[in-house]
Amino acid sequence: MTERVFNADSVPVLALGYRFQWEPMQDCYVLLYPEGMVKLNPAAGEILKRISEKKQTVSELIAELKVAFDGADLDDDVYQFLEEAHGNDWIRAE
Amino acid sequence: MATTGSEQNKAPGSTGGALGMNVRDAIRQPLWLLAELTYACPLQCPYCSNPMDFAKIKSELTTEEWIDVFKQARAMGATQLGLSGGEPLVRPDIIELIRAARDLGFYTNLITSGIGLDASKAKAFKEAGLDHIQVSFQASSEDLNNLIAGTDAFQHKIEMAKAVKAAGYPMVLCFVTHRQNIDKIDEILDLAINLDADYVELATTQYYGWAMHNRDQLLPLKEQLVRAERIAHEYQEQQKGNMKIYYVVPDYYEDRPKACMNGWGNVFLTVTPDGTALPCHAARELPGMTLPNVRDTSVKEIWEDSNDFNRFRGFDWMKEPCRSCDEKVKDFGGCRCQAYMLTGDPAMADPVCSKSPDRHVVDEAIERGRRESEKPTEVAKPLVFRNPKNSKQISGF
Repeated sequence: MTERVFNADSVPVLALGYRFQWEPMQDCYVLLYPEGMVKLNPAAGEILKRISEKKQTVSELIAELKVAFDGADLDDDVYQFLEEAHGNDWIRAE
Repeated sequence: MATTGSEQNKAPGSTGGALGMNVRDAIRQPLWLLAELTYACPLQCPYCSNPMDFAKIKSELTTEEWIDVFKQARAMGATQLGLSGGEPLVRPDIIELIRAARDLGFYTNLITSGIGLDASKAKAFKEAGLDHIQVSFQASSEDLNNLIAGTDAFQHKIEMAKAVKAAGYPMVLCFVTHRQNIDKIDEILDLAINLDADYVELATTQYYGWAMHNRDQLLPLKEQLVRAERIAHEYQEQQKGNMKIYYVVPDYYEDRPKACMNGWGNVFLTVTPDGTALPCHAARELPGMTLPNVRDTSVKEIWEDSNDFNRFRGFDWMKEPCRSCDEKVKDFGGCRCQAYMLTGDPAMADPVCSKSPDRHVVDEAIERGRRESEKPTEVAKPLVFRNPKNSKQISGF
């Protein structure tokens, strides 16, 4: 397991060249990048939507998600996703 | 500039990933629209994938016609748009086309030689919504030497690569490799590192169009590939997390075919300068094509109902050994154009497959390339350059 990239104070941003948008024909959020597309599941879509809309720290992002999802305990899931997304080169930490 | 067909290997519109859904949808939709805006090009690359008779095409789609094609494809779910050619920057309406495409929600890719580009245009395109510029170093070996030597001839391309990055795009460089330049792969990669490139595609020449005509001079030797592959992997390892390097082995040296276009009529739609819609950019040369045109038929009708797009969809058209092969779901029997060029029948297995009864044709081509490479330069066949004069002469019109 490689070292963790994100902590509560890091600011995740989309990697250069990546674009996030809703695709009606796919009925899901997608990430578009040079000559490719990733279809996102709803959870990934909710996280990346917030990352693409505004710059905020991971703890602010988690707080916002908790409000949106009735206080669910989602810290671990978010961190896990961020590391995975970073591993795929979708996002970087600022 | 025209693509070399290398995106065939790069899974155009590829889907998936850790959180991705099924790679193949129940309902097929075009995800990738390749708009070959013009066949005009200031370069004459002998490995161009444009058809040999490109000079015949006179009547290019207008701005309005292109935007209408974008709208139709976008409504069907296409997300990736490749603006290619020829050299797309030759079109005076390029910025208008970029803006329209981006406004429709496309991820817009400009595939250019960089000739005709300057820093202010790169910036203006960005403001119009262009997502990505791929600068191709489509140099012949002599030009490549100039490039590596840093002479003025290629200073412009280097300047353009820098301007692209400065304007806020990822720097995506494409080098088309073949026998006459593949031994320079380390110098190519060092150049990319010096330029601080984000992505480098070492695109192996694929043998369609002009490249097929020049195959004996371009096909790399086995030992060249072994070396190139080793070096590419070393750089990939060394550049991890920094610069992404795509390296694809030429399919002639593989024993299974490429999943060409991710399957015929599955995700990929090409529209040529005159509006002909094709399942791939080489398909015009196949026999029995009806060549539907977006000027008189809707993109939806072409995609769903035309003979051309349905002809090799799915698996029913297959012959043995593909028909009963359990790998057909992976590679779709390979490339129809290659099957036709090398066996005379587009429904045969792609002969690069070791299960194909025609594999010997590929081995013979490799052997012919080797014999040609051993000839002294003065008796070796000259490269035929892609230009209107040669197009007319060779195609006989």
